[in-house]
Amino acid sequence: MDKVLTSRNGPWIAGGIIGLIAVALAHFGNPGNMGFCVACFTRDIAGALGLHRAGVVQYLRPEIPGFILGSFLSALLFREYSPRGGSSPAVRFGLGVFAMLGALVFLGCPWRAYLRVAGGDWNALYGVGGLAVGVLIGIGFLWHGFSLGAAENNPKAAGLIMPLMAVALLAFLFLAPTFGEAGKAPIFFSTSGPGSKHAPVLMALGAGLIVGWFAQRSRFCTVGALRDLFMMGDAHLFKGIVAFTVVAFAANYALGTFHPGFVITPAAEGVKAVPQPVAHMDQLWNFLGMVLSGLAFTLAGGCPGRQLIMAGEGDSDAGIFVLGMLVGAAVAHNFSAASSGAGIGPMGAHVTVIGLVFCLAVGLFFQPSRS
Amino acid sequence: MSDTITVNASGLSCPQPVIETKKALSGLSSGRVEVLVDTATSRNNVARFGENKGWRVTTEEREGGFRVILEK
Repeated sequence: MDKVLTSRNGPWIAGGIIGLIAVALAHFGNPGNMGFCVACFTRDIAGALGLHRAGVVQYLRPEIPGFILGSFLSALLFREYSPRGGSSPAVRFGLGVFAMLGALVFLGCPWRAYLRVAGGDWNALYGVGGLAVGVLIGIGFLWHGFSLGAAENNPKAAGLIMPLMAVALLAFLFLAPTFGEAGKAPIFFSTSGPGSKHAPVLMALGAGLIVGWFAQRSRFCTVGALRDLFMMGDAHLFKGIVAFTVVAFAANYALGTFHPGFVITPAAEGVKAVPQPVAHMDQLWNFLGMVLSGLAFTLAGGCPGRQLIMAGEGDSDAGIFVLGMLVGAAVAHNFSAASSGAGIGPMGAHVTVIGLVFCLAVGLFFQPSRS
Repeated sequence: MSDTITVNASGLSCPQPVIETKKALSGLSSGRVEVLVDTATSRNNVARFGENKGWRVTTEEREGGFRVILEK
């Protein structure tokens, strides 16, 4: 099995299996086209911890700690646990914040962008287009020598922080402690809205662990896929997202959850339109939100799923990026920048533009001459 | 072996080790290039890039990472 996952065929085999698991999780309770969404799930975790108080998106999604721990255990088992860090951590934190803000303007990370397409949500095509443009801008900076600097090897214990945080999140999920008056202090669990929809806990945790393992071995990365294809003509990671999307589409089709269109059912006389799940139709900001995310992920070296996997391998810089995403999620909701099914938030456009300026500045100013 | 070019890509994020390798190989029709990396992912990426470009690739462990040797 490991030989297959680490071979050239690894990414597309892992991608296909992850796509199948994603649709299964949505079938068993996760929100529509949201079998996996690193951005949405991290946002839900921020809500459960009380970092934001948007009552409909608060849940300790076990898939996220599952990714980290699956990767951690896999890295330990295959002797790839390698604590490292120190490559412009504060900048990576900022990239994580803005990557999340862009993703929450679009309503999904790159994984969910492909899953939305696989479910027939054509609004997501604008997001995928934006993602590709963001990656292309990032590639332009990389060709001109962009670098956040070299990381260094860290003491063995340094890589344990993110896995320990993952264990703490799972403890909070299973014990559901309250730290004050019941209902007024974390841990918060949504009783309505997307946060209340979830697959059974052990199923979701098991899925996260398996995906963490598969992605750690195969290097599955939804941003690296586009980057390597555009930069080097190397399609081996790209085959991963093709398999991911095609298998998810086939599974949706078989389960009757493939609903092609910008809405599931158009409005008719006296009947409201049925929108695509957790999606809006403001295509300009679907596009620009993902331009921002794609650029931030490319500058940081990988998609949000990949950042979680690297954090599990002991990469503190990836861990800092993940913590930036967590804070970005809180900012998105506290500052009215997150989108909803009704459209973008009052500050959604502002944070997208600010984020693009930040990322372009990072791309321009981090070009050290390296001999 | 006196003409070995050494590329220190240790600690760099994806895809910078491959970019540094590509720069070192550009204009070289033969020779020996050693690329120093710190993670298995970078080792695999550089090795795959070298193989795709027709170089003979060997890898070995070193203190703090790996050495990818490209020869043609």
